[in-house]
Amino acid sequence: MSKQPDMIISRHDTDRGTPRMYVSGFVASIVLTLTAYLLVVNHALSRRILIGAVVALALTQFLVQVVFFLHLGRETKPRWKLAVFLFMTMVVLILVFGSLWIMTNLNYRMTPAQINTYMNNQAGF
Amino acid sequence: MSETAVASQRLDRTIAHAEADSKNIFGFWVYIMTDCVLFAGLFATYAVLHNNTFGGPPGSQLFSLPNVLAETLALLTSSFTCGLAILSAHRKHKNKVLFWFAVTFVLGLVFLGLELTEFRHLDQTGNSWRRSGFLSSFFTLVGTHGLHITVGLSWMAIMMLRVWRAGLTRANVRKLTMLSLFWHFLDIIWIFIFTIVYLLGAIGI
Repeated sequence: MSKQPDMIISRHDTDRGTPRMYVSGFVASIVLTLTAYLLVVNHALSRRILIGAVVALALTQFLVQVVFFLHLGRETKPRWKLAVFLFMTMVVLILVFGSLWIMTNLNYRMTPAQINTYMNNQAGF
Repeated sequence: MSETAVASQRLDRTIAHAEADSKNIFGFWVYIMTDCVLFAGLFATYAVLHNNTFGGPPGSQLFSLPNVLAETLALLTSSFTCGLAILSAHRKHKNKVLFWFAVTFVLGLVFLGLELTEFRHLDQTGNSWRRSGFLSSFFTLVGTHGLHITVGLSWMAIMMLRVWRAGLTRANVRKLTMLSLFWHFLDIIWIFIFTIVYLLGAIGI
């Protein structure tokens, strides 16, 4: 009888991790951070592969921390935490890559002098 | 009332409390996700402006990577100790909670100290946020993260005081859970600052 409330609460409470999760998350993060750092400091790879490797290591660490520290994916249905997380990821990707896309395009199509002329011709600038 | 009826009533109340708490924590989760969008805006600004140095030195000449690695390891370890504190909170070990949060707090202070030293050094060598678009976006992005850390540290100090005085009450454990989510989230934002600003900056992308 005394065990029962804990069992039921653990079904509702999805924010608890286990010591093992925290330790594996921590060790993985340290290894990933040091690998990325040493690769950059020692110029171990050619420039292109180095950039790819560093970005891949960061994304791996992002997933490791979200799973092991924020305990995403441990909730039962309906998975609202996951839904908000995925929507956030989508907005972030649109915001960052959309900005870069537009600004690179602008950079490609207009010289600084053209931009100045354009802005001077617009009322209010 | 019979003994089973009392026990069943107590069980109902415990379940209701657990459900209410998990709703509160979900609300905080939604806040954290919107804060990610704020940081996405600052990252996008940095990505667009990071080559606009206005004749000044680029990031590869300004940043000291060993210093940044020390910051990263301090914050990473603090995220881990924060997790240990939460585990102790669920097991109702008050002294362990206070100890692990104290360690987290000190590591957070070390991080903040290293960051402010870097900012002061940049400012003193004539590379303040007024210098160029690159440095404006750099200080805004990294400074906003530092501001979040400062808020987190103040919150942590208040929570340690509350736990020390009132113990691990239901409300306190709920707030500690939210605080730990906030702290892990700041660590995750830092991974991207470490990679995009410092490591890719050193490569000179």
